[in-house]
Amino acid sequence: MHNTGKVIIGLLIFLVIAAFPIWYAVAGGKTGDLPELEKAVKGENCVIDSVEMREIHMALLDEWRDEVVREDDRWYKSMTLDSTIEKSLTRSCLGCHTSKADFCDRCHNYLAVSPYCWDCHVDPKEFK
Amino acid sequence: MSALFALLMIIILLLISIIGTEVLGLNYVFGVIIPYAAIALFLVGFVYRIIRWANSAVPFKITTTCGQQKSHPWIKHSSLEAPHSTWGVIGRMALEVLFFRSLFRNTKADLKEGPRLVYGPSKWLWAAGLVFHWSFLIILLRHFRFFAEPAPFFVSGLQSLDGFFQIGLPIFYITSVAIVAALAFLFVRRLNDPKLRYISLGSDYFALFLILSIAISGILMRHTGLRADIVDVKQLAMGLVSFHPNVPESIGVMFFIHLFFVSVLFGYFPFSKLMHMGGIFMSPTRNMANNNREKRHVNPWDYPVKTHTYEEWEDEFRDVMKAAGMPLEKEK
Amino acid sequence: MAEKMITPEELAGGIDYKPKKKTWLDPTVEFKKGTWNYAAPPQNLEYLDLPNPRKWSPIDEDWKLPDNWKEIILEGLRVRIKRFRSLQLFMDICVRCGACADKCHFFIGSGDPKNMPVLRAELLRSVYRKDFTTAGKIMGKMVGARELTVDVLKEWFYYFYQCTECRRCSVFCPYGIDTAEITMIARELMNLVGINIEWICTPAANCFRTGNHLGIQPHGFADSIEFAVDELEELTGIKVDAPINKKGAEILFVAPSADYFASPHYYTLLGYLALFHEIGLDYTWSAYASEGGNFGLFHSHEMMKRLNAKIYAEAKRLGVKWILGGECGHMWRVIHQYMDTLNGPADFLEEPVSPITGTKFENAKNTKMVHIMEFTSDLIRNNKLKLDKSRNDHWHPTFHDSCNPSRGMGLIEEPRYVIRACCNQFTEMPENTIKEQTFCCGSGAGLGTDENMEMRFRGGLPRANATKFVHDCDGVNILLCICAIDKATLPPLLEYWVPGVEVGGIHEMLGNALIMKGEKERTTDLRGEPLAGVESEEEKTEEEVSEDA
Repeated sequence: MHNTGKVIIGLLIFLVIAAFPIWYAVAGGKTGDLPELEKAVKGENCVIDSVEMREIHMALLDEWRDEVVREDDRWYKSMTLDSTIEKSLTRSCLGCHTSKADFCDRCHNYLAVSPYCWDCHVDPKEFK
Repeated sequence: MSALFALLMIIILLLISIIGTEVLGLNYVFGVIIPYAAIALFLVGFVYRIIRWANSAVPFKITTTCGQQKSHPWIKHSSLEAPHSTWGVIGRMALEVLFFRSLFRNTKADLKEGPRLVYGPSKWLWAAGLVFHWSFLIILLRHFRFFAEPAPFFVSGLQSLDGFFQIGLPIFYITSVAIVAALAFLFVRRLNDPKLRYISLGSDYFALFLILSIAISGILMRHTGLRADIVDVKQLAMGLVSFHPNVPESIGVMFFIHLFFVSVLFGYFPFSKLMHMGGIFMSPTRNMANNNREKRHVNPWDYPVKTHTYEEWEDEFRDVMKAAGMPLEKEK
Repeated sequence: MAEKMITPEELAGGIDYKPKKKTWLDPTVEFKKGTWNYAAPPQNLEYLDLPNPRKWSPIDEDWKLPDNWKEIILEGLRVRIKRFRSLQLFMDICVRCGACADKCHFFIGSGDPKNMPVLRAELLRSVYRKDFTTAGKIMGKMVGARELTVDVLKEWFYYFYQCTECRRCSVFCPYGIDTAEITMIARELMNLVGINIEWICTPAANCFRTGNHLGIQPHGFADSIEFAVDELEELTGIKVDAPINKKGAEILFVAPSADYFASPHYYTLLGYLALFHEIGLDYTWSAYASEGGNFGLFHSHEMMKRLNAKIYAEAKRLGVKWILGGECGHMWRVIHQYMDTLNGPADFLEEPVSPITGTKFENAKNTKMVHIMEFTSDLIRNNKLKLDKSRNDHWHPTFHDSCNPSRGMGLIEEPRYVIRACCNQFTEMPENTIKEQTFCCGSGAGLGTDENMEMRFRGGLPRANATKFVHDCDGVNILLCICAIDKATLPPLLEYWVPGVEVGGIHEMLGNALIMKGEKERTTDLRGEPLAGVESEEEKTEEEVSEDA
């Protein structure tokens, strides 16, 4: 091999970068235990099917925000609950899932999602 | 023709991943075995290729100078275009690798009536290339939210930058649009320019289509009903990196399609032109200093050759030289 | 040439950049008159101990190859892949982005798609894929792999002798892929089975034997120099000293041989002689190393080394301190990028220092050979020369950067500095055609033959066209260059595309402008053409001359 030193250094840099997740897992010690979510304090069902809720809650909240803020349309007819609830993150969602930290943040932190909900809203718990 | 062939290959790959997971239920194969194999192939293949290149000698210092050499102190030396020192070479290489310096020079030659040749700047290839490569890098880095727990420091910064416009939820990333647009441009360019179409091989289209497929499947997963549960995805990814692989039940087919295309890309990488990623660092016309007459370069396989020595030469021409009164080493 | 040459209008009108065929994989080539070079005669190959000497012609059906020609070439390729990382890498990493496509002067002038650098390389790469990569073995044509056949070999011959190794494509390639490297190695491979051209092998054989391309023997060389000395005396009234093979001189001067036997090179030689006399340089010519040029560069790395060896050997024999090199393009590629590696180290020489100004040529301290542009620009910078620019007022020059000094050395500003010091007028050609983006004369790398004239006119179109631009717009009437091949091949090129522009060397301009101590009043330049302002007195001068006679 020619220019052995430079080539080896280059390859090492490549391998260190390529293997980043592996040594990060070893060094960080976490291999990603699944996030445990706090159970809702009341009720059997969420405002829509809970599996679907997992997938599309961000879109639903986005929709709600627009409807409330722009059209003053504040009420949501829930099929699963067979009742009407307020389109409100802090009052409806956090009414059942009382802890942002133990519910919202668990998954969001796990997946490095930082929703901008909290740019405007405050966590009622923190507010108290 | 070559493009159709490449498209056919992509369709076959797509069908393999759908049939493999949806029909045959080989989720473990597509979620664990193939990704492991692909990564192994990538790492071993990449290192092998680099070592193979390194095994070839660099007999001469053949820098392509694209600027003024370092000669007199009163002539401005172009330290990045005709680097004289190692630092200059590092700067030149950094410009090439990070900003595609040479491609930035690109011009377009046109023959007008007259004949009159005109050269216009032509930056589209450079721009699309740069957008594509940087988008790909940012997208790759963003994906470390799946491969590392807790997500590394750069992920949230990149995500908020990339999602700066806050369009839609989940937020549409700038790079998602950029990579598809750049790849589409590069593809159309190949088809549209008769010269490019003439030189393009099936493998050129294949690489474009493959990366485009990866990008599109990822975008569909993020923004349409073909969602994957990303908690499950992270669980799979973390299982892979910690060597405790498991495949959560509820992962959807879109994810397997995405993962399979990514695996094919990694596995194919070392055996293709995509190795330009490693190769550019070893390019002898770019990675050597233009200090040839100052620092000797040694050819490792140099061998003696037959020359015509002065003695032989004088023996042959002694008489005529003598007659012309030229100085001689030996009089006869 | 007896046959009618294609007119400039016909030629330019026929250029179409759109490929006509559907695929390039078909190797069939039509050897059209005017686009290829004659084969090397057997006696020259024999003299150089090269394989397969025979009489043959590229238009013959049978090229009289050795039976195992294919094995020889593939084995040669295998060896060279290990020897040249450039080759190995350039075979592997091209992405066919097409940035190089319209950068080649031969493509611009011919529209032949196989003159796109990317495809020129693919001609070799396709064979490499077939025999050296797994994908190529399995996938074949889909990944651009081709079997090496006689037709492919003929195609190689055609297109690798339509590349002047100018490296312009390498400037634009995002990976620095240098077609010159690929062409050099492809020519090496062809040489293994005796496929080569006369215009390279004959000068090489001559140079090996006598020391210079034309095969001028030592006494003939001495005569040429003597003749120039006399001519200079006639022009200036000063008899200069031009020592040959002088032991113990401080500096050995090596120039391309064309400088002393061809025109307009000759006026540059007069310029050198005047300059060296005026500064009192202790130097010598050599009849043994009477050629700075090196057609080995266009043949094989081995031949380049064989021909180059004379320079250091002669410097050692004569006991000079260092070497000065004249105006030449490919000579300087060899000296700058190859000589030290090929035939160094030159530890018997001293680090070059200008005896006139005391300037140390740091950038040449190991190879110990200085370019005359570096040398002369330093003299001018230090006010060692008295120059009368007005003596060049009848010239309006532009400067043609020769490929090798610009892209293989970075010698860009030195010549311009000297031109500006010697001429009142100077106009640059458009920026995409000069400096590192300069266009080749179209006849470099051994292709400057008469039988190749049409291809030379095609390849030279971009250069000539840029010259025409400054000729039409600014009245440029001389194209200056520092390359012997340029000086030989640009005059017919310009006559074809842009009549009315002459070709000259920079030291010719210097010789015109240089005020020599004790010189007679100059009424003409080194060409014997009347100086500007003298023209009105021309008649009178002629009368005086006739009276004298």
